[in-house]
Amino acid sequence: MLGEGILKGMAETAKNFFGSYFSAERLTTVEYPEQRIAPFEAARVFPFLVFDSKNPGDGADWQTGMRCVACQICEKECPPKCIFIEKSKDKKPDALGKPQFYPVKFDIDISVCMSCQICVEVCPFEAIKMDTEFELSTVDRFGGLLLDRQQLAKSNEYYHQIHPAEAAGVDARLVAEKVKADAKARSAADAAVAKAAAIAGEGA
Amino acid sequence: MSFVFYILAALTVAGGLAAMLLKNTVHCALALTVAFAGLALLFLNLDAQFAGFAQILVYIGAVAILVVFAILLTRGSETPRDGVFSRTWLVGLVIAAGVFAVLGWAVIGSVRVLPHETAVPTVTVLQIGNALVSRYVLPLEIVAVLLTAAMIGAVIVAMHEKEGQK
Amino acid sequence: MINTLDQIFVLLRHWLVSFLPAAWQPLVGVLLSVAAIVCLFPALFALTTVFERKGLARIQNRLGPNRVGPFGLLQPIADGIKSLTKEDIVPLSADAAVHFLAPVLLLVAVFMGFAVLPMGRNMVFVDMDAGLLFYFAMSASTELSVFMAGWSSRNKYSLLGAMRAVAQMISYEVPLLLSSVVVVMMTGSLSLTKIVAAQSGFTWGLPHWFIFTPWGCAGFVMYAIATTAETNRSPFDLPEGESELVAGYHTEYSGFKFALFFLGEYLAMFSISGLGTTLFLGGWSAPFSFLTWVPSWIWFFSKLMLSIFVFIWMRGTLPRLRQDQLMNFAWKFVLPLCLLNLMVVALWRFMGDGWLRWVICSAILIGAYATMGWGEMRRGKIGPRSYRYAE
Repeated sequence: MLGEGILKGMAETAKNFFGSYFSAERLTTVEYPEQRIAPFEAARVFPFLVFDSKNPGDGADWQTGMRCVACQICEKECPPKCIFIEKSKDKKPDALGKPQFYPVKFDIDISVCMSCQICVEVCPFEAIKMDTEFELSTVDRFGGLLLDRQQLAKSNEYYHQIHPAEAAGVDARLVAEKVKADAKARSAADAAVAKAAAIAGEGA
Repeated sequence: MSFVFYILAALTVAGGLAAMLLKNTVHCALALTVAFAGLALLFLNLDAQFAGFAQILVYIGAVAILVVFAILLTRGSETPRDGVFSRTWLVGLVIAAGVFAVLGWAVIGSVRVLPHETAVPTVTVLQIGNALVSRYVLPLEIVAVLLTAAMIGAVIVAMHEKEGQK
Repeated sequence: MINTLDQIFVLLRHWLVSFLPAAWQPLVGVLLSVAAIVCLFPALFALTTVFERKGLARIQNRLGPNRVGPFGLLQPIADGIKSLTKEDIVPLSADAAVHFLAPVLLLVAVFMGFAVLPMGRNMVFVDMDAGLLFYFAMSASTELSVFMAGWSSRNKYSLLGAMRAVAQMISYEVPLLLSSVVVVMMTGSLSLTKIVAAQSGFTWGLPHWFIFTPWGCAGFVMYAIATTAETNRSPFDLPEGESELVAGYHTEYSGFKFALFFLGEYLAMFSISGLGTTLFLGGWSAPFSFLTWVPSWIWFFSKLMLSIFVFIWMRGTLPRLRQDQLMNFAWKFVLPLCLLNLMVVALWRFMGDGWLRWVICSAILIGAYATMGWGEMRRGKIGPRSYRYAE
């Protein structure tokens, strides 16, 4: 009969209306500033730069421990071109003890960034990762949203905190690389020693 | 003839004049509405509530809307570049003068016929209704037939043409 | 004591006026009544906006506004300050005078409608012989201001919205008038106080409201449909359909002029609900004979708020109609039923007392509704939506 559907719909909404006052599971709203839900493992907002600190919890060595070697791949890959990197003139040893360049300037304009994560994908040094911090509003829309390298630098412990599984994988990979590099260095040294011995033997 | 009457009369005449003299057709329609409202207020000033409210309901609520719809749905809403007076203004003037003369003659004639009422007559809606279905039943029926015919005509105009008759 | 409470506003006015010299008393009395209406209903509007938002939220299992003040009750004050301090933008090509006049005229016409509503025993601003006619004259003149707003903005969305609004209001004014005329036929008066008085009796403790008769019930349902369309409320809110027309005829209004339109829309809703209450729900009379001691104005305003709640409930439930569905519904379904209802009420009037007229009148109305509804649904004119391309 005509009008039946209307009455059915009205009954449904009335059930919602009164039900929302009695059953708490109907109201799924999280009242944000007071209540928060823990961020998901896969959550991502804007990128940050990872640094390894010698004594965890201390942010003093953000400059020396920074993994970034200023290779500028991310700058070139960034679709909206929001990354600005200036390479250093000198070199400093990285985590593997190899002398590397480092960024004198590393700015990300997060008003332009579109959170695509391409910079993270292309980085060969595991130096740039996605942050979960989203309360980034400022009163200065130009300067306030242009983050410099000090603002971007976050410790590896922080990375472990926000993406535990991913960070563990990255650490394992880095350790494996270090072991491989060490082994290679050792074998190279052994070879050098053997070669030296051989030369010495020939000469003898 | 009170002070209020002169204000209302001035309003009505101003509305009518504006309806004729303004360039933008929609403005003319709105000015015409002002004239309608002035007429309704004149009726109310004479304590003729039913006539006054019917005037507002029918003329402002329906006729004015009809006029603006007609203006907007045709190409008349563009402001004409040259003057608002048509070339046949002389004929128009003659016709207007003729209509005015007839109306004036009728009004002046009726003043002599009708007795001069001292007290304000109280006319209720009930009396109007009774008069409509007793004394004025024939005009009412004629109007009803006319409106029905107009409605049927409108329905026929708006009806879908059958596929074969195109 | 009960009587004093019932007449408290009337007595208050008398008491305030009695301080003045006799020559001033009528004028000040009128001004006091006007001030009461002009203050009360906007205050009610402010409350309704927050209750509407909260009610809609609850219908959708949300919380609704709860930040400004306790339970979000001060939200309308924040909204008011916002709309007062916003920039008042008039488009460059707009017709400035008409653009300015439209909201003002709308509000004036809407406020005038309250003048004839009896809000309690002896609480009517002007007890007019042709009160109902006055009300409809005033509500009909709001259409023109809607058109003025849409046309003067020089914006295609505004103009389309205004055309839709006016077409819809004109179409639904016919069922609105015809569904109200049944009450006039029954009481034989256009005066709203007399209409309320005709419904004030009780039989077995139940009131003589017109909604409890077959023709009154049918009339009320059609009145409710027509008022929903007349006030441009959902599901008939095509004139301001956000998805297609931005905001309809008030697209180009900002700041306080927009607030005036918003106010006018809600005041129209209040006054038309008040009229429905007066015509079909017994106005200020109590719903049971043992409750007659409760002040009459409490009953009027509770019924008014109940109708507002139903408006909000419908808005939370029903999706928007399409233009052709809207027009078909008005002209091919509601209007014939209204005309039939006129015949039924005449039959009711001349059949005299007894149970027979109840049976016959109900049978005619229900039978007509069922057959017409079935026929329209079978022909696909009214009923579930079908989509040609979306499957």
